[in-house]
Amino acid sequence: MKRTVTTASSHVLLIVLSLISLYPLWFVVQTALKTNSAFTLNPTGLPSSPTLSNFSALLAQMPFLRWTSNSVLVTFVSVGAATVLSVFAAYAVAFGKFFGRRAFFSINIGLIAIPPVALLVPLFAVMVQLGLINTLPSVMLIYSGLLIPFSVFFLSNFFRELPRELIEAATVDGASHGRILMRIVMPLSLPTVFTLVIVNAIWVWNELLFALVFLQNNSARTLMAGLALSQGRFATNEPLIMTGVLLSILPMVVLYLASQRFFVRGLTAGIGK
Amino acid sequence: MRPRLRSRLTWRAWSYAFVLPAVIALAATFGYPLVEVARFSFYAGTIQQPVYIGTGNYLELWHDPVFIRSVLDNLKLLTAVPVMTVLAVGIALAINAGYRRMKVYQAIVFLPYVLPATAIGLTFSYLLSQSGVVNTVLHQWHLGGLARDWLGSAHWAIPTIAAVIIWQQLGFGVVVLTAALLAVPQELIEAARIDGASGWRIQWYILIPHIRRIIGLFVMIEAITMLSAVFTYVFVLTQGGPAYSSSVMEYYIYQNGFQQGAVGLASAAAVVLLAVASVFIVIYLRLRSRSDQAEA
Repeated sequence: MKRTVTTASSHVLLIVLSLISLYPLWFVVQTALKTNSAFTLNPTGLPSSPTLSNFSALLAQMPFLRWTSNSVLVTFVSVGAATVLSVFAAYAVAFGKFFGRRAFFSINIGLIAIPPVALLVPLFAVMVQLGLINTLPSVMLIYSGLLIPFSVFFLSNFFRELPRELIEAATVDGASHGRILMRIVMPLSLPTVFTLVIVNAIWVWNELLFALVFLQNNSARTLMAGLALSQGRFATNEPLIMTGVLLSILPMVVLYLASQRFFVRGLTAGIGK
Repeated sequence: MRPRLRSRLTWRAWSYAFVLPAVIALAATFGYPLVEVARFSFYAGTIQQPVYIGTGNYLELWHDPVFIRSVLDNLKLLTAVPVMTVLAVGIALAINAGYRRMKVYQAIVFLPYVLPATAIGLTFSYLLSQSGVVNTVLHQWHLGGLARDWLGSAHWAIPTIAAVIIWQQLGFGVVVLTAALLAVPQELIEAARIDGASGWRIQWYILIPHIRRIIGLFVMIEAITMLSAVFTYVFVLTQGGPAYSSSVMEYYIYQNGFQQGAVGLASAAAVVLLAVASVFIVIYLRLRSRSDQAEA
């Protein structure tokens, strides 16, 4: 009896909590379906006559497609580069012998926590010298570097769990390490690498500070920087901004629903193993 | 002997070859900028024409009320960490009580953590504006006295930002702590039950002590976040305003370095931020290495 009361009250608590977690997202959806005047009259209620006009207005009034394609491109290149570099480094950490191997691993853990804003001024100076300000390669290079510490940490932890004998047996058979990595380690690590790619892609897609500083031309911006700066320009058109927000979170929500366990495993890795 | 020696040498050679590209990338992204930011902090002027001024920038920070305010704002945000921790532990215990059917709640509270802070911030800036949804609902429920200009008042801006951060990151804590609770050995709980311990006693004396280390790591990660990863929220929700009342150290660095061209001052502020954050980073690393040893 007492037990059912406790379970029932925790159910109520969790339902309230879920409503609080979901309401803002519902607000985004319903606002995106209202005209500006309908929103002004009735900001909280359901849209009385849902409209898709905001979606076409978004394409007409902002370089929305350009921002999206910039974000997609930056995400692909940075995540790809960081993953390749980190896979090799993590393989060396797990199976190799080199001076400072343990120190290298510890440094990576420490660097995960370094506030990126502290690197901003010197990196800006470098990018000015390289003439890369306002070009996508500036953020691609920086993001690739910033992703490495977590990636090395995450992959090394996984590689270490693989049976060493497998690697040693293959070396005795005369296989090169590049070959072992591609033929033995990678096939065993696909879910882990996929998890890592997801976590890194979320990070790059969501990043704002570097995108604001390094991409100052309106057409060079990423989606997040473009949206953040549209807030002022379209301050009196909430439905338009909410439509942009809806489209920017949609890929994340779909990906999350499709592969939730990868998200959870990757994003909680800083606390787990 | 000979082939063994050769294989040992190649073993080393390929190790270096594999790790070198990552080392170079880390040196360029972290190493060089960290050295440079410390150097810039002793210079005034522009990056092209720096003028050495010793500790001048640090003295200026000390006398700049906006910087002091920014540091205090970060410290105020830190007080959100215990709030978030208590909430996360409570919710994780509730989910743990009936785990199988509760998984769906876990999935729901984790969702906000995945979404871009920019999008979250834009949404909340409308929900919390003077005539936004929150105030409208308060008025409809005849609670108009509770309505505030959440983001536009110097008094409420930081607590409101803290609330938005809690809204987004709570799910992270819930998921991590629920996983830790699931790993508590069932025999322990059964033994306590046989000894006549009631539900809440089991939670307080067995479950919580068992996940103490994970709680500690969560607290440290969130503390580091509050000090050094809240720029997006501030930029989108308040732009540091009104009148610098919600400027944080990151925002101060951004403003001085890139809006006002005070590169040296921004660098000095970055060094201060690194110093403060490193206290928490060191505690976090200690907690981690203890757990790594425990597992090995």
